[in-house]
Amino acid sequence: MSLDRETVRQTALLARIRLDEDRLEKMVGELNGILAWIDQLNEVDTSSVAPLASVTGHALPTRADSVTDGKDAEAVLSNAPDRVDGYFAVPKVVE
Amino acid sequence: MSTLISGSTGDWEVVVGLEVHAQVRSESKLFSGASTRFGAEPNSQVSLVDAGMPGMLPVINRECVRQAVKTGLGLGAKINRVSVFDRKNYFYPDLPQGYQISQYTRPIVGEGSLRIVTADGERVVGIERIHLEQDAGKSMHDQDPSRSLIDLNRSGVALMEIVSRPDLRSGAEAAACLRTLRTLLRFLGTCDGNMQEGSLRCDANVSVRRPGGELGTRCEIKNLNSIRFLQQAIEYEAVRQVEVLEDGGAIIQETRLFDADRGETRSMRSKEDAHDYRYFPDPDLLPLELSEDFIAGIAASLPESPDARRNRFVAQYGIGEAEADFLVTEPEIAEFYEALADGRDARLAANWLTTELFGALNRAGLSLSKSPVDAGALGELIDLVADGTISGRSAKDVFAEMFETGQAAETIVDARGLRQLSDGAAIAALVDAVLAEHGDKVAEYRSGKVKLLGFFVGQVMKQTRGTANPQLVNEILRGRLAG
Amino acid sequence: MSGLLDLDIAGAREALDARKVSSVELTATYLDAMEAGAGLNCFVTPTPERALEMAGASDRRRARGEGGALEGIPVGIKDLFCTRSIPTSAASRILAGFVPTYESTVTANLWRSGAVLLGKLNMDEFAMGSANVNSCHGPVENPWHRTGDGAGDRLVPGGSSGGSAAAVAARIALAATGTDTGGSIRQPGSFCGIVGMKPSYGRCSRWGIIAFASSLDQAGPLTRTVRDSAVMLGAMAGHDPWDSTSANLPVPEFEAALTGDVRGLRIGVPREYRVDGMPGEIEELWTRGGDLLAQAGAELVEISLPHTRYALPAYYIIAPAEASSNLARYDGVRYGLRAAGDEPADMYENTRGQGFGEEVVRRVLIGTYVLSQGYYDAYYLKAQRVRALIRNDFDEAFGSVDAILTPTAPSDAFAIGEHEDDPIRMYLNDVFTVPSSLAGLPAISVPAGLSVRGLPLGLQLIGRMFDEETVFRVAGVLEQAAAFAHRPSGGA
Repeated sequence: MSLDRETVRQTALLARIRLDEDRLEKMVGELNGILAWIDQLNEVDTSSVAPLASVTGHALPTRADSVTDGKDAEAVLSNAPDRVDGYFAVPKVVE
Repeated sequence: MSTLISGSTGDWEVVVGLEVHAQVRSESKLFSGASTRFGAEPNSQVSLVDAGMPGMLPVINRECVRQAVKTGLGLGAKINRVSVFDRKNYFYPDLPQGYQISQYTRPIVGEGSLRIVTADGERVVGIERIHLEQDAGKSMHDQDPSRSLIDLNRSGVALMEIVSRPDLRSGAEAAACLRTLRTLLRFLGTCDGNMQEGSLRCDANVSVRRPGGELGTRCEIKNLNSIRFLQQAIEYEAVRQVEVLEDGGAIIQETRLFDADRGETRSMRSKEDAHDYRYFPDPDLLPLELSEDFIAGIAASLPESPDARRNRFVAQYGIGEAEADFLVTEPEIAEFYEALADGRDARLAANWLTTELFGALNRAGLSLSKSPVDAGALGELIDLVADGTISGRSAKDVFAEMFETGQAAETIVDARGLRQLSDGAAIAALVDAVLAEHGDKVAEYRSGKVKLLGFFVGQVMKQTRGTANPQLVNEILRGRLAG
Repeated sequence: MSGLLDLDIAGAREALDARKVSSVELTATYLDAMEAGAGLNCFVTPTPERALEMAGASDRRRARGEGGALEGIPVGIKDLFCTRSIPTSAASRILAGFVPTYESTVTANLWRSGAVLLGKLNMDEFAMGSANVNSCHGPVENPWHRTGDGAGDRLVPGGSSGGSAAAVAARIALAATGTDTGGSIRQPGSFCGIVGMKPSYGRCSRWGIIAFASSLDQAGPLTRTVRDSAVMLGAMAGHDPWDSTSANLPVPEFEAALTGDVRGLRIGVPREYRVDGMPGEIEELWTRGGDLLAQAGAELVEISLPHTRYALPAYYIIAPAEASSNLARYDGVRYGLRAAGDEPADMYENTRGQGFGEEVVRRVLIGTYVLSQGYYDAYYLKAQRVRALIRNDFDEAFGSVDAILTPTAPSDAFAIGEHEDDPIRMYLNDVFTVPSSLAGLPAISVPAGLSVRGLPLGLQLIGRMFDEETVFRVAGVLEQAAAFAHRPSGGA
């Protein structure tokens, strides 16, 4: 599969990464190289193999339903680039 | 069927499926130990996991798993022994991790069904699946002129997404479906069903088609937070779609919002980049495996379903179906009724509860849980009537005062001297005195003016300030006058 | 007393126990060495005050007769581990100014064992890289230099735990933590002539370690000796209820596994690791390693791991896919860099565009693409199926052998700037380390010889799931037999 410029642009938008035209152009070439190399996986017959879900083979552990965390808004907010009265602040969302 | 819409080119059938987001009742969140309590200070119920801090990892709350299984069992659904948590990736300021942990291809609960009753009769609505997922935080757009504010208290709270089949054929049916589901969740204790606080939210997928024809293109109406709005939104949307189609237009598959003030749905401007959620199994979690024992244990502890309870009420207490339907709308009402009916005339108890108590609650704008008269107190009042201590008439006054003051029935009866006089000899003496005083009226009565009986009764009651047992008074008067 | 810097953990513990030196003295000596070796750019956040404070506390504990397995031992921590009140950057601009309010489980375990924090170590941004050239703090320099041609070239230490490996090799840290997703502990270990151990997936908690690829990431130690590696891993490992993928297994006494005896053990030599274009000196080293183990009484068995060549392409689907999602949280809302934007979407794009370096962007885009609609089955699911085949290969091989011997990396250290414009060439560094990562198996790199250019080369030993003990046991014998005593020319 090969990626055109538009697809890379869309992918960058989906990943929310702003790329100027130069960076975009460079990525088109590199990503195509990587994808072409990855395509060698098509040589492998995997029709009778289930995808690996976990290497440890353990079951999902569960925890009891009790309140053991939270209650420290400052710990949550202390790194915020912008905050207002205990809230995180971001540029206004245009609905 | 009455649910068809008649357009200018013929009839149209409305097809509705619901996606209900029910907040799981639990103390702590789905993947963190922060509290789920409603209404706390902003960001005060947020763990580092809920805030998407670097290196933080989810650990699942087993009570939330239990609750989802319980809900599935309540809907007679298939419980999947193995389910998988996936990441649904998208960017939004109130989604701290940049993805929502949800279940996509392998949900915890599979197919089930829900019986609903509408004006047109009974229907069985197919349930496609239930999956567990995290709620997002809350964005506020109108508290600051240039910024949106984010509170993550809800971030990570467990939700069950309950998805129905497109089996509903009108706004009223959809409303009945949501109402019935809400009742079931409350009976099971798996969701508090509080729509004002957002514990229960609903999306509706609406399309129209020629009766029995191919399914039309659907629109999804998001975030309906009341049953009334659900019905209004569907009714509006169906008519809108019919108008578009009859004008030769086409329905565009899109997400719409219901504007409750205007009573209409409108398109959410869809951004050019269509959503691509890039679901994949969350590598921080392993597949969730449930043992037969775990499921069987929940099944064994399952409370009686509203349907079963309604049928039992009719059979056991001999009350009417409509009355029974009302009594099972809320677990609290059903429990109140059972306490009240215990050892009493069950029909009388139903009547007191549905007519007198709910009449008073509705006038006062109170819910049953806030009632100043509990089942024990109301039962005592009914007992006082049953054993003849007070008359049915004064019982209503006593009830009014109980509701007002919260005092016990006996206290009020004693304070107001309402205890009924039921001593036959005492009443007979009074009757004799009255008859002696009004010899002329006695003669008139005996000559055929039998209407005067009321006058004599009134005189006796006056003497006793209304406390004489009216039946006894009548009985004795008739005897004396006949003699 | 520069001889202090030559002590390994075992030697330092002895000296501390015998009161020949205090932890404060040992730590101060390292702090001096860190300053002297600052040119290597290993430490991005030195913490000298914290170090002396912790060393003092350790000395007081020792005086009271208390003390853990690493009591008073000064270590460096890869800047991927969140450390309370100490900036943690993952070597990315996007985490500018981020100071965790929490401590990773692995580092908390180390402090509980008495270890002393020297500072945070440079790395490839978000652990993506094999040369430690992808860092917002600039590249790390390998303390080793070529002999002869190119003697003046500055060489890479390998990556992504390049700062950790270089610091331990240069004797400016006694030991260090690293993380390994596809070879990020073992390959720099090989490039820097030290021991790098990636334990079984699930052995060390991932809680508080900034995630790259969740199904592959594992913490592990970089040390000068196999014994040090066993001691460090013992202190780092353990079940953590806050990591759902952490193994609920007791941590064995790894040091006790170093019996020095491999007689009767069967060592697999996989024929598929003889890849095209492998330098002759690597093949010779590998053969020599096998011979040494055979002389020590092990039995060499040729084995086949047929899907080996597909491991790397499968890895370059799975790791970027997971990374694209793991790195979505860096959006400028709650911590780190925020670039201006008129609305959140702009702010995101600007923040992430400016905050992520080229290799991170490359991998996030690959990961986003392979998960996007229409490609999920063809790429991600396909890769997870191939991963199952690779795991099956190992399972089958371990039916007949106790450990597997391979080279660690296909080359010795290269120069800073080399291969920079050729991502695939860079990815090939991990060709021997990625298969065991995909299978979740424990694997160690042990320095075993020098290349013709005078640079260290490592050999890798891979063990059964959760059988680090056999890996250490064989590694100890290989280390002793190879008797690698060379020292880098740079550093302290």
